[in-house]
Amino acid sequence: MRTFVGIDLGSTTTKAVLMDDNKEVIGRGITNSRSNYATAARVASEEARIDARFTLFRRALHVGEAGHEHSAEFLAALERNFRLIQFLEQLDDLEETCHRQLEADRFKSIAGPLQEALHVIFARLRQEAASLYAPGAKRKSDFFRDIAGSRFHVHAEAVAREMGIALDMVLNAYDKSIIEVENRPPGGDLSDKFRRAVARMLAADSHAADGEGDFAAMIESALGIELEETYLVGTGYGRVTLPFSKEHIRSEILCHGLGAHMMYPGTRTVLDIGGQDTKGIQIDGHGIVENFQMNDRCAAGCGRYLGYIADEMNMGLHELGPLAMQSNRPARINSTCTVFAGAELRDRLSLGEKREDILAGLHRAIILRAISIISRSGGVTDQFTFTGGVAKNEAAVRELRKLIQENYGEVTININPDSIYTGALGASEFARRAVAA
Amino acid sequence: MTVIVGPKTKPPEAIKDASMARQKQMVNAHYDRLASAKERGEKVAATFVPGNLNELLMCFDMVNNLPEVNAIQNGLRRQSGGYVMEAEKLGHSEDVCTYVKSDIGMMAKGNIGPNGKPLPDPDVLLLSYTGCFTFMKWFELLRRQYKCETIMFQTPYLADGRITKDMISYMVKQLRQDVIPKLERISGVKFDIDRLREYLRKSAKAEDDHVWVLQSAKHKPSPIDAYFGGIYYIGPIFGAFRGTDDAIEYYKFLRAEVEGRIAQGKGPVTPDGDMGQERYRLVVEGPPNYTNFRQFWKMFYDEGAVVVASSYTKVGGTYDYGFRHDPDRPLESLAEYCLNVYTNRNLPMRVDMLENYINEYQADGLLINSIKSCNSFSAGQLLMMREVEKRTGKPAAFIETDLVDPRYFSAANVKNRLESYFQMIEQKRAGFRGAA
Repeated sequence: MRTFVGIDLGSTTTKAVLMDDNKEVIGRGITNSRSNYATAARVASEEARIDARFTLFRRALHVGEAGHEHSAEFLAALERNFRLIQFLEQLDDLEETCHRQLEADRFKSIAGPLQEALHVIFARLRQEAASLYAPGAKRKSDFFRDIAGSRFHVHAEAVAREMGIALDMVLNAYDKSIIEVENRPPGGDLSDKFRRAVARMLAADSHAADGEGDFAAMIESALGIELEETYLVGTGYGRVTLPFSKEHIRSEILCHGLGAHMMYPGTRTVLDIGGQDTKGIQIDGHGIVENFQMNDRCAAGCGRYLGYIADEMNMGLHELGPLAMQSNRPARINSTCTVFAGAELRDRLSLGEKREDILAGLHRAIILRAISIISRSGGVTDQFTFTGGVAKNEAAVRELRKLIQENYGEVTININPDSIYTGALGASEFARRAVAA
Repeated sequence: MTVIVGPKTKPPEAIKDASMARQKQMVNAHYDRLASAKERGEKVAATFVPGNLNELLMCFDMVNNLPEVNAIQNGLRRQSGGYVMEAEKLGHSEDVCTYVKSDIGMMAKGNIGPNGKPLPDPDVLLLSYTGCFTFMKWFELLRRQYKCETIMFQTPYLADGRITKDMISYMVKQLRQDVIPKLERISGVKFDIDRLREYLRKSAKAEDDHVWVLQSAKHKPSPIDAYFGGIYYIGPIFGAFRGTDDAIEYYKFLRAEVEGRIAQGKGPVTPDGDMGQERYRLVVEGPPNYTNFRQFWKMFYDEGAVVVASSYTKVGGTYDYGFRHDPDRPLESLAEYCLNVYTNRNLPMRVDMLENYINEYQADGLLINSIKSCNSFSAGQLLMMREVEKRTGKPAAFIETDLVDPRYFSAANVKNRLESYFQMIEQKRAGFRGAA
C-alpha cells in the first residue's frame, strides 16, 4: 500500500507520521532528536513503520469488533514482546560497545575487572528486561536511552560496590557508549522481529493463540502488505540538515496549521509551543495559513524553558505540570521574560514559598508570553487549537484556558492527545497532496 | 542519510554590476574628501539622511557628513558590533537605536571612517528633520562631544496627511531667518540663491532617472531588487551627491544598465550573480539589516523572491510621488522635500503607499522587517500590516532584526519566518486543491 510520510524534526523530539491514501494516519513514531537529526529521522520513521504494522495487525485481527475480544489482548502481548526484543537487541549493542571502549588507554589498568563488572551488569539488565515489558509495567519513558540508562546506573552502583571497583570508571564506559548506540538506528529485518515476537509469545503462553482465529497466520498475512514510502515531507528546525530537496520541505508553521486543521477542521487559531519557539498561527477554512507570529530572538517561554526549570528544581520535566496543578495560590510572576522568572523562582524558594505555587506562577508566565504572540498574530478566533509538546502539560493548559477565557471569552479550545504529532501530520498531508495533485 | 558539512571556506567575492562598483567608488571618494576636508580648509556639516539639505550645504562649500551612513557602512563592514559594545561601555543602554551607539562607539574608538582614515570633527550639526525623535537626542550627544553649533530646522509632521501653505512658509522662514544666516556665519561664505538654483536643477535631473530606475521594477521579471539593490541606488541621491554632476552621471549610467537588463529579460544582480527565476514579488516595509546584509539578501534570492518596492528607499525622499527639487522655488522646494520624506508621513499615508505599491508593482504580498532598536519605524507597523492585508487581500509577514547590532540578528529565526512566508504565498496561490 502507498504511504505518505511526514517527519517533524523538532529541537527536542523528532516525530514521524505515516498516512495512507485515505488520509488515515496508520503509524506514528517519536524519538529524541539528539545531536544527529539524520538518525533521529530514521528512528522516528522506523517507529512509525512499526506502529503502522500494529495498525495493520489491528485491522487484520478485527480488533474492536464484536466477537473479537481476545484479539486486543493478543496484540497487546505481541507489542510487549516486540518491544522487549527491540530492547534486548539494543542492550546487546550497548554491551558490545561498552566492551570496545575498554580497549582505550584510560581503561587499560583495570580492563579486566571492568570487563567482569560489565558482564554482571548486563546479565542483570537482561534478567530484569522481561519485567520491564510485563503486562501492566509502567515505564517513565519509551526511549532506550532513558530506560537502559536509569537501570544501568542502579546495577552499576551495586556491582561496583560488590567488586570494590571505581563506579566512575564503569559509568564512563557507559557514557562513552550510549551516544554511539543511540545514533545507530535499529538494524535487522522488521518482519523477522515481529515473527520472533510472535514465537516468543507463543512459547511463553500457548493459550495466546486461542481465540477467534489463527492469530499468527493473520499477523503473517498482514506482514505481507508492503508499505511503500510514496512521498516524504520534512519539517522542523532540523529539516535543512537532511538531504531533502526543496520540494520535500515545508515550514513547521504551515505544517502545524494544516495538521491542526486536519484534527479539527473548524479551527481558525493555532498555538504551537515547541522546544525552541512559540508560534501563533491563523488559518482559513482549508487549513491555509493566513498569518503567523513567533517569538523573536528571545526564546523564553518555550518548551525548553520548562526543561531548565525542571533541572533547576531537580525534577523530571513531566513532573512539573502535576506539581503545579496542586497549587491553589499561584505566585504572581509578572516578568514576561521567563528567564527573569527563573530568578524569581530562586528568590521565592529562599523565602519559603511553596514549590507548587511558584511552578504554577511560572506556567502562567509562559502562557502570558504565548498570549502576546497570539494577539500579535490576530487574536483568538473560534475554534482554537493548542499543539506541540507543552500541550501535554496540564498546568500550562489550565493557565491557557483561563487566559483565553479572560481575553477572548467562550471559544472552543481543542487539545488533541496526539498534539505532539500535529506538525508531522501536516507534513504527511503535504506529502499526500504532492502525489495527488 | 549522511549529513555532509562542507569545509568552512570564505564566501566568494560578491558579484556587483558596474553601477554598484561605481556607487562604491563614489562613496569611497566622498569619504576621502571628508577625511581631508580640513586640510583643504573646507568646513564640515553633520546632518541626517531624511530631509538633508545637501544643495544648501554645497552653497556654503561645506562637506556633508552623515552619521547614519557611517553607521550603515560600519554595519556592512562588520565594525558596528564592536562600536555598539563600546557605546554600551560608556553607559548607553541596550535598547537605544544602534545607529546612535555605532556612531558614539566609533567616536570613542578614534572616529575612524570606513576608509580607515579619521573623520573630521563637524563645524556644525544641522538637524533638518524631526520625524525621528532619536535624531534630536543623537545630536544632543554629539554636541556635547564636539562642542559645536547645532542648527535645528523644524519640519512639521504630516499628522493630517497633507502639506499646507503654512507649513511651507514656516519652514522657508526658518531657512531665511535662522538656517542660512547661521551657515553663512559658520562657513564665512555668502549665500547665493542662484547657486542653489543651479544645484537644485541638477538634483531634479538625477531624480528623474532615479525614479525611472525604481519604477523599472514594474517589469516582469523585475530587473532590479528595490530593497537590497535599492540600497545601492539610493546612496548618491540621499547622501552627499544630490545636486552634483556626479549624481546625474551615476543615474544616467544606472538607467542604461537597467534598460539593458530589461532588454535581455534579466532579473536583478545578486551577490551570487544573476537571480534565478522570479517566484515571489514582495513589497518590504522597514530598514534592512546591515550586519548580515548578504546573508539576509540570500534568504530572498535563494527562494526566487525579489523586492519590487520598498518604503525604506523613500526615507530620503518620495520622488516617485512626483516631487522634484525645483530651481524656480528654491527654498519652498527644500521645505517640500523635507515634508515629503517617508518617515514624516503619518500611518494612513504609509498604509496608502504600501497598498499602492502592492497593486502597482503587482506584488504577492507585504513583508515587514521590524527593527528592534527603532521605535520610530516600528511603532504601528503591525497595524499597518493588518490594514494592508485587509485592503489588498495579499498575505503579509513580519520579521524582526536590527539595523547594525549583530546580536539582534537570528538567522535561523528570520529564515524560518521567510520560508514560511514564501510557502504561505505559494499555498495561497494554489488554493485548497493544490496546497501541497
